[in-house]
Amino acid sequence: MEFKRLLIENSDSIVQKWMEEIESLKDSNYTATISDELYESTNREFVNVIFTSIRNEGSTKAVEDFSEKIINLGWPLSYITDGLQIFRRVSTEYLITQSEVVDSNFFTELSSSVNEWVEPLIRELVNEYSGSWEHIVSLQRVALQELSAPLIPVMEGITIMPLIGTIDTERAKLIMENLLEGAIKHNSEVVLIDITGVPVVDTMVAHHIIQAAEAVRLIGSTCILVGIRPEIAQTIVNLGIDLSNFPTKSSLKKGFSTALAITGRHVTDLNVKENNIEKMMDSLRGE
Amino acid sequence: MEPQSCVNIHKEWDIVGARQLGREMAKNLGFGTVDQARIATAVSELARNIYLYAEQGQVCFEIIDSIERRGLCMMAIDSGPGIADIGQVMQDGFTTSGGLGAGLPGVKRLMDEFDIRSEVGEGTKIIATKWIR
Ligand SMILES: Nc1ncnc2c1ncn2[C@@H]1O[C@H](COP(=O)(O)OP(=O)(O)OP(=O)(O)O)[C@@H](O)[C@H]1O
Ligand SMILES: [Mg+2]
Repeated sequence: MEFKRLLIENSDSIVQKWMEEIESLKDSNYTATISDELYESTNREFVNVIFTSIRNEGSTKAVEDFSEKIINLGWPLSYITDGLQIFRRVSTEYLITQSEVVDSNFFTELSSSVNEWVEPLIRELVNEYSGSWEHIVSLQRVALQELSAPLIPVMEGITIMPLIGTIDTERAKLIMENLLEGAIKHNSEVVLIDITGVPVVDTMVAHHIIQAAEAVRLIGSTCILVGIRPEIAQTIVNLGIDLSNFPTKSSLKKGFSTALAITGRHVTDLNVKENNIEKMMDSLRGE
Repeated sequence: MEPQSCVNIHKEWDIVGARQLGREMAKNLGFGTVDQARIATAVSELARNIYLYAEQGQVCFEIIDSIERRGLCMMAIDSGPGIADIGQVMQDGFTTSGGLGAGLPGVKRLMDEFDIRSEVGEGTKIIATKWIR
């Protein structure tokens, strides 16, 4: 209690010392690109949070708000841990200078008091910080999953699944499910899987795509693999994977033309036709 | 010899980390896009085999830069169950996991040099190198 009273009574000097020390971390450290004003105001807020917490013996709301702020600023966790280490040192040093008798008993009591102030704070701030990260990661995971195997019904009977990014086993399963579900729902005669955006097609990815195509065939539709970049074609051949059993096309454009042909359609350029008619008329007019 | 860079394989996403490092090093060394893709794919196969069969291990890379030739060497090392019959796993289509069984023979064809050593109960070590042409 004695130490706590001393600490709070002398908070101005301790805050000042703390501010100086944390300021010196700025240039050599992680926060080099942050404006001086922001750094200083955040430091002030930090030291206020520390003192509020010591006064109230742990106030959660302020701690929560502060760690959320640090995350939103994109500052590293080490800012928090460094700040608390500095506080531990500065307050210990200050309290030593304030007392007359400095014996081993004094040290034991001092260090246990300081620990009592700092440790719950470290725990709470670090928990809040990592908890927020986990929350962000889990949200992104959901967002990614929603993006991971989209199915686009482009026209009656033709559906496209554009794949972008790495395919892991979880995503491979989603691809299969969405593909089958979508092909049935949209009544697709042809399904195009576009792998233009898939960085690596290894045996696992190839295997899943082959199985998906096989399954699509079983429900009576045709699956065309499109967007096979030249280097991917090479590695597939090197791996010895046989894709001869189902149709492939180098680009989505070519695959789409094939899909149109299969569904008994073709694209006509109306402008060209008009031009031709004009030419015909012109020639009839004898020009 | 240059120092090695290693990636630990524990989780499935470590495979992505390993192949990104492999591709990055290949790119910096001056490999073309096709060879970069071959190297990334080979890393993916070896790293996935570690993840699937040995649960954990390491994939390391080393730049080979001598007067005669330059290249990228990769080492996939694990202390997993090991492989009893190497001739068998090097055959196209052999698999114990319901895969395509194309990984190991594929890596051999993707790379220029390939060496596999394994001891049952001890682990497996695969070294593969690609030279810059
Ligand atoms: N690091 C390893 N430790 C133990 N066994 C292995 C290891 N790597 C491969 N194997 C064995 O060798 C077999 C063949 O491996 P390979 O990578 O060629 O095919 P696969 O992994 O079964 O299928 P995929 O075509 O998807 O790679 C595996 O099924 C496995 O039994
Ligand atoms: Mg394999």
